[in-house]
Amino acid sequence: MESKSTRDAYGDALIELGDHPGVIVLDADLSVSTQTSKFAGKYPSRFINVGCAEQNLMGVAAGLAIAGKIPFASTYAIFSMRAWEQIRNTIAHDKLSVKIAVSHAGLTNGPDGASHQSLEDLALMRVIPNMSVINPCDAIETRNAVISEITRKGPTYIRLNRAKTPVIFDDNYHFKFGEAVKLTDGNDLAIFATGTMVHKALEASEILKKDKINARVINIHTIKPLDEKTIIKTAKETGAVISIEEHSILGGLGGAIAEVLGEQYPVPMKIIGVRDVFGESGEYEELLEKFGLTTKNIVASAREIVRRKR
Amino acid sequence: MIAMTDITILEEKARTIRRHVVNMIFEAGSGHPGGSLSCVDIITVLYFHQMRFNSSEPDDSDRDRFILSKGHAAPTLYATLAECGYFSVNELLSLRKMGSVLQGHPDVVIPGVEASTGSLGQGLSISCGIALAAKIDMKDSRIYTLLGDGECDEGQVWEAAILASHYKLDNLTAIVDRNGLQIDGPTEKVLGLEPIAGKWREFGWHVIEIDGNKIPEIIDAFDEAQLRKGKPTVIIAHTFKGKGVSFMEWICAFHGKALSKDEMKIALQELKGD
Repeated sequence: MESKSTRDAYGDALIELGDHPGVIVLDADLSVSTQTSKFAGKYPSRFINVGCAEQNLMGVAAGLAIAGKIPFASTYAIFSMRAWEQIRNTIAHDKLSVKIAVSHAGLTNGPDGASHQSLEDLALMRVIPNMSVINPCDAIETRNAVISEITRKGPTYIRLNRAKTPVIFDDNYHFKFGEAVKLTDGNDLAIFATGTMVHKALEASEILKKDKINARVINIHTIKPLDEKTIIKTAKETGAVISIEEHSILGGLGGAIAEVLGEQYPVPMKIIGVRDVFGESGEYEELLEKFGLTTKNIVASAREIVRRKR
Repeated sequence: MIAMTDITILEEKARTIRRHVVNMIFEAGSGHPGGSLSCVDIITVLYFHQMRFNSSEPDDSDRDRFILSKGHAAPTLYATLAECGYFSVNELLSLRKMGSVLQGHPDVVIPGVEASTGSLGQGLSISCGIALAAKIDMKDSRIYTLLGDGECDEGQVWEAAILASHYKLDNLTAIVDRNGLQIDGPTEKVLGLEPIAGKWREFGWHVIEIDGNKIPEIIDAFDEAQLRKGKPTVIIAHTFKGKGVSFMEWICAFHGKALSKDEMKIALQELKGD
């Protein structure tokens, strides 16, 4: 399986958008890491480096959007959270078409440690009115999501990663904002996965087949607005659900699904994620292992929840 | 040179706006009269003399724009926009009331308001973005933003100040309403800003200091800013908080307190004009 990081795909997608005169790319002194440096090299007059000043990054992006531009504002996921209030009060409140595309989310920035990892961003962005949140699962989905954002009005948070991850889709994949993507059939349980955890959910579903457990794997790339219809339908048809995300168990994908199912169709549920602790330094895969973001844990959780269902 | 008659007209307009502000905040029962009155002359000159815009074509992409970074002076902005014809002056007394578009702090739902503000420190960044867009599009429109002096405590102001100077945003003019008071007391007691002109100068800005309650000085400063190429200009406008109402001038308590009925009557009497 081919591997590519979603930040890399983002950098390439920006080049594809280069001929669009409205596209302005901003970065806060991390352009090589976020891959906006590719756009900067090719379109220097439409690249703005604001230095390491994230509050100003969001304000300047807001001003560009007010003036009719389509700004892509990039930094690390965690540092964009420093400007949460600017995002809330200026960008989201005024429904400005600022695309906040941020890299090194989750634990993917492994060795840098807790200060540079981001396990709370989905929750923090999701709670803001008018804000859309996209967490693509691979390079192809990232590319298609970024391209489609150019015609969609309003603010979006696009979560990208440092690590290379398997490419799941092929070039024929059509990204539909707000629509969950069913990847495998199965009625014994549902696995709702997002971002980097989607390929692990697929691996788990293969292993579960040996136990005669058929898991329906669903890729939730749009965390907000959540595809409630598909989630409720899936819960009805499978009777048990697991969610998995490279994020805190609080307020992210699992939280969002629990809000929907708790109100409308409660079924046994297991939320897999980082259990309300900070990350630490380590290689990416080691950290995933430590925090239980593994195929093995999905398989074990699936067996357990299918038992609970009976 | 601007004719004396024009200055007289602008001064009368400023008095009208001050009367609106006093009435609006009294009716609302809350608001920020001190910092609203201190900047009336600046906003009056911007909208009735300096800026190019047409209130009947609010989306004209070549217009000059104003961002009220010190959003708590919303009543002054609203009264000015109404006097410019963006909406009826009859709506002004609905300020801060349920169902009114006139939110407590500037909101883009209000005709003529370019950006929602009120959380301090953000207007200069927004203005930098608009100014950069104008540069990219090679438009000659100008961007004005009014900051409070207490607002300059915010780190984001200085992030934006570095950027404006780095990108040579000479189409951007910032005005600091230097009324010397913030909520908890005199700025120099709460968190000293002086030398405030020196700070901006060292950040690469062209600095002009004026009496921000004297209309001819405001006009001259905007003219000078427009002529200054290669760097952004900041006007340090020394003003009086509560300007125009004798018992409010330089009184901290009127930062965020509405006037009583008796106070309002005296204020309106003083603002009657000659």
